[in-house]
Amino acid sequence: MNFPLPEFIVVSASNPWTYILFGAIGFAFGYTLEMSGFGDSRKLAAQFYFTELTVLKVMFTAIVTAMVLLFGAVGLGILNFNQVWVNPTYLWSGILGGLIMGVGFIIGGFCPTTSLASASTGKIDGMFFMLGGFVGAALFAETEPLFTNWYNNAGYYGRVTLDQVLNLPVGVVVLLVVLMALFMFWGAEQLERIIGKKDMSREPKLRIAGAGVLVAAALVVVFLGEPSFEQRYNKLTFTRTETVEQPNSDPLVITYTYTADEMLSNRFVFVSPAEAFKAKYNQSMKPVYLDVRSEADYNLYHIEGAVNVPLERIEEIIPLLLTESPANTVFIVMSNDETAAVQAWKILVADTVPNVYILEGGVNHWIAFFGRGDEPLRPNPRAGDDELGYLFPAALGDRYESCSPNPIEYENLQFEAKIKLQLKRDKSGGGCG
Amino acid sequence: MTTAPVTKKSIFKRPEKPYTHPYFGGVVLGIVLFFAFFLTGNGLGSSGATARIDALIVDAISPSHVDNNPYLLKLAGGDKNPLDDWIVPVFFGALLGGFASGWFNGRLKFMTTKGPHISDRTRWLMAFLGGVLFLYGARMARGCTSGQALSGGATLSAGSWAVMFAIFGGAYGLAYFVRKLWN
Repeated sequence: MNFPLPEFIVVSASNPWTYILFGAIGFAFGYTLEMSGFGDSRKLAAQFYFTELTVLKVMFTAIVTAMVLLFGAVGLGILNFNQVWVNPTYLWSGILGGLIMGVGFIIGGFCPTTSLASASTGKIDGMFFMLGGFVGAALFAETEPLFTNWYNNAGYYGRVTLDQVLNLPVGVVVLLVVLMALFMFWGAEQLERIIGKKDMSREPKLRIAGAGVLVAAALVVVFLGEPSFEQRYNKLTFTRTETVEQPNSDPLVITYTYTADEMLSNRFVFVSPAEAFKAKYNQSMKPVYLDVRSEADYNLYHIEGAVNVPLERIEEIIPLLLTESPANTVFIVMSNDETAAVQAWKILVADTVPNVYILEGGVNHWIAFFGRGDEPLRPNPRAGDDELGYLFPAALGDRYESCSPNPIEYENLQFEAKIKLQLKRDKSGGGCG
Repeated sequence: MTTAPVTKKSIFKRPEKPYTHPYFGGVVLGIVLFFAFFLTGNGLGSSGATARIDALIVDAISPSHVDNNPYLLKLAGGDKNPLDDWIVPVFFGALLGGFASGWFNGRLKFMTTKGPHISDRTRWLMAFLGGVLFLYGARMARGCTSGQALSGGATLSAGSWAVMFAIFGGAYGLAYFVRKLWN
């Protein structure tokens, strides 16, 4: 099994279980907030006068517990982190919004979800907070056009996690966050003792043991690290459906499951030059041509619009491909023949980049197919595997005729369609959007 | 703690139980948060649902206004149902869950929680204003204490940690000046 479960990534009416699951998650959420005392604004506000630091304790215990479990599951290879929603970083709107939230917090005595727990248990101030919330959210919708550019662009860094910022292994960051939280808990208890005049001797001793378990679990996460390329690649499965026409009844739909290596050996992911070219004029998809050859080869000849990402640097762009490309993007990787392109395909699919295909026969096949009119190109008989099979009089890049075949001349191309667009996740479906 | 007399034993008069220990509550909340991520890939949240319910209301009154406002357009433009999002069932689930815990633990009571030196009306006004500000900020930051601080904190999102510190910074910065509200 691969988690998260694909059936539950997007809420939809076609699968009512999604509503039930998210409803149950919400129920557990509301229940825990109320039982921790967050229905009472005094308990929340006390946080900011150092008399009772329940907010900090509950919040950070929850954060570190979830974090250790989450990265533990990622390390064990049962949870795919690329499918986990990570809030994209919009630094400046985040900070200004956070400061405004802080003001709302100390004046109103709640945050949005705690006001739900409060209002639903009959607290009138919680109801007023909720009501104010509807007004505040509506005000934002009305005023957003005034600063929409700033809101959408200022300090935008996309999906970036602390381990990337600090340039440390993720397990180490998990351990550091756990240690920081424990230090904060210690500080919070000192404040409660000194300012809140609380008798700390009555606190359960079990909390010390809990802290020990937490540190031990964080050390396990450090030890597990992140799953290797082989682990991720070998776990991949692809499902394909085939429709078989039946003479006297409805067509039969059969679903097959393949491993990644079977997808390659069955050549399901190899697209002909004709299909790769026609993809450009297909309204339903947005092809991105990834040229994984060396820069020298790319400069000699490349397909118009192809992006040069040498194989050794392909991993660097994966976060970008995952977060910034529209859902209907089709990636077509190419090398001179196929060797490097197949390698690039493996790297991309192991990181769950969707809709990745390989140009069949690579750039050499493309030239053989479209290059009839390109007089200056002569075959190079001494080319080895995955080397350019042609001799080029000059490094003209994409200015040869066959780099951008004429769509009118090649209007009626016959090819076996290999691309089966899979629309996985609606990007706006994640987070608090 | 006093036990309610037998004669008053109705479902809404259960004996009031004390709140759970904060670390225990935190561990349970953390496990809930983990399972949300593990099963669905999404964390917890609620402020998005507030905006979506707003969008539903605006869409019912004036659909053309929705189509002229880029922010509402994303939520409810055209045939889009603004409630068709994971955060909406979480929102209603949380309301129900809070109610269930209050009921089970004997804390269902119409009352106003406030500092000792202000009137109910002042508290209501402040709660309302706080709600306006909090949700305005939450939409600007693309998530509140749940969607950003909790969920983003657990996934180590860099931006969420910035939001979290900003929330605490804003509240601590102003706490001294509004101390009359609470102490």
